[in-house]
Amino acid sequence: MTDVRTHERSSEAVLQLTVNGESRSIPAGAKIADLVADLKLDGRKIAVERNLEIVPRSLYGQTALEDGDRIEIVAFVGGG
Amino acid sequence: MDDATTLKPQQDAPLVVAGRSFSSRLIIGTGKYETYALNAEALQASGAEMITVAVRRVNLSDPGEPRLIDFISPEDYTYLPNTAGCFTGEDAIRTLRLAREAGGWNLVKLEVLSDPKHLYPDMAETLRAAEMLIADGFEVMVYCSDDPVYARKLEEAGCCAIMPLGAPIGSGLGIQNPVNIRLIVEQSGVPVIVDAGVGTASDAAVAMELGCDGVLMNTAIAEAKDPVRMARAMRHAVVAGREAYLAGRMPKKRYADPSSPLSGLI
Repeated sequence: MTDVRTHERSSEAVLQLTVNGESRSIPAGAKIADLVADLKLDGRKIAVERNLEIVPRSLYGQTALEDGDRIEIVAFVGGG
Repeated sequence: MDDATTLKPQQDAPLVVAGRSFSSRLIIGTGKYETYALNAEALQASGAEMITVAVRRVNLSDPGEPRLIDFISPEDYTYLPNTAGCFTGEDAIRTLRLAREAGGWNLVKLEVLSDPKHLYPDMAETLRAAEMLIADGFEVMVYCSDDPVYARKLEEAGCCAIMPLGAPIGSGLGIQNPVNIRLIVEQSGVPVIVDAGVGTASDAAVAMELGCDGVLMNTAIAEAKDPVRMARAMRHAVVAGREAYLAGRMPKKRYADPSSPLSGLI
């Protein structure tokens, strides 16, 4: 049996994500809302795409992340 | 749309796009400015009420970097998300669905490009993307070539504004094919807005004198030595060109015609 601390250190406890093309890890069980908070993007006019599907803002709190997820987070910038 | 024959003197109709009214017929881009603060100042000077914006990845390494919306409020101006940099219909739709989720807006500017050298629109792909977007509930203002045949197809597909280029994006060469622009104006039942190619105020006036309903520009203002002053110049140019169009110009003549009476000469 592994105790809780070793379990937390095992690979299952951390999710490997690709966020805007960069590798990033987040604790297992994290939701989109946790990632957004982690990145200090709360309350911003952003849109999030998980594995090419848009996650509506209303579902950030209940959409669980999975290992290998490819996440895109976009916002408005100057353009012509 | 040809308003010149229907409006009474001293009157002008607002620019109406997809049911939204605008008193300014100038739309400006928000790219290439040195700062968003300068962009906001130029926007104010231009009198424009609609701005184009791009959708890009958030910079994760610096979440505190300046943001467009802190300088130009979407409450005060109509944001028109674009698909700049998209080369396929699928790219364009993916981008605009994200824009709709981020901003909640369905009025968009579609542009599907071909070759980075000239940034000419890929018209077959543009038409396909427009059809998909309209089916998905978007109101599509479409950047297109100055080809009246494709312009008509885009209108028939349900685009809410036809936006032919005056010259390649960012070139500042002015209206290269006034004959085609005029043909598109004459045949269109939705607003025609020259998008791209304007370099200076007279170019904007020419577009409006051809009967266009509006002009969209970015680089001409952003890359002027004094963007705020150029923005003001463009505001005047669009109004001047529009007024001249509504006034109806004098016919061109081959020979001189004196302005002072010939009778009563001493």
